[in-house]
Amino acid sequence: MGARLKLFVPLILFLVLAGLLYLGLGRDPKELPSALIDRPLPPLRLAALDQGRVMDAAELRGQAWLLNVWGTWCVACRDEHPYLLELARQGVTLVGLDYKDDPGRARDWLQRLGNPYRSVLIDADGRFGLELGVYGAPETYLIDAEGIVRYRHVGVLDAAVWRERIEPLYRRWAQP
Amino acid sequence: MIPVRWVLLVAALLLAGGVRAEVEVRSFDSAAEHARYRALIEELRCPQCQNQNLAASDAPIARDLRAEVLRLLRDGRSDDEILDHLVARYGEFVRYRPGWQPATYLLWLAPGLLLLVAAAVLAWVLRRQRSVAAVAPTPEQRAELARLLGRNQGNGDG
Repeated sequence: MGARLKLFVPLILFLVLAGLLYLGLGRDPKELPSALIDRPLPPLRLAALDQGRVMDAAELRGQAWLLNVWGTWCVACRDEHPYLLELARQGVTLVGLDYKDDPGRARDWLQRLGNPYRSVLIDADGRFGLELGVYGAPETYLIDAEGIVRYRHVGVLDAAVWRERIEPLYRRWAQP
Repeated sequence: MIPVRWVLLVAALLLAGGVRAEVEVRSFDSAAEHARYRALIEELRCPQCQNQNLAASDAPIARDLRAEVLRLLRDGRSDDEILDHLVARYGEFVRYRPGWQPATYLLWLAPGLLLLVAAAVLAWVLRRQRSVAAVAPTPEQRAELARLLGRNQGNGDG
């Protein structure tokens, strides 16, 4: 290497470092990949909100679906609720996980605001949430036709999030 | 004299580092169990409030995870099993001390590598300085040097 080229080594190192740091700036540190990605959903042994009907995850095999973690105490969940209704209208299968909540209130909420869920499971003490790695509501998990978790979105699910992040994966994993 | 309230303020600030948000009252079967619980919640990171460990965080999820740690402890799991259990659900992120695996090799080795690079650069610089110093000036260079210095001294004040 020529002496002249050597002079540029610090500059090159600086540019590489600056580039890496710049990329780091654009990332949201709050966005954690779920540890369950590409792993099967933990078995759902939970009571459903509409009594008498216990949902079996097996009946959802063969299609991709969304597991939406929500609670009546969660303000952002109310924000995303209209869009969930819209998704349900479009034929997307949604299952709700009523997380650390009072089932009575959850029933009221669904009666008042509409029910986008095929079924709502009750996780009153948050135990299933711990299995799933939930750390705040709302969270939405994409489960594929084989029952494997493919994506997790933390925060409000709106049209932009659906279109840009979830829908492409939803289409990809919809077929077994 | 320094007013008492300043002393108190400084004392409060100095002690602030030890503040814990852990609010639950728990009873432990033994001092050993308490020590293990403490060590685990100090080491585990709260996924919600990202720069706090479970011991320091008051987030609901931190509370739940503390309870989970204790439950696993009482279940007779070893420390490693408890860490693995939480990592399997919340990801490597929850460990303040990341494990030794391909994704973290660079992280663990970087300080050593940087030290080696620094030592190499230092050795290189020192050797170059020595080799420069070892070249004695030729008589012609000496004469030139004396001439330049002399001229400089002559014009020094100008």
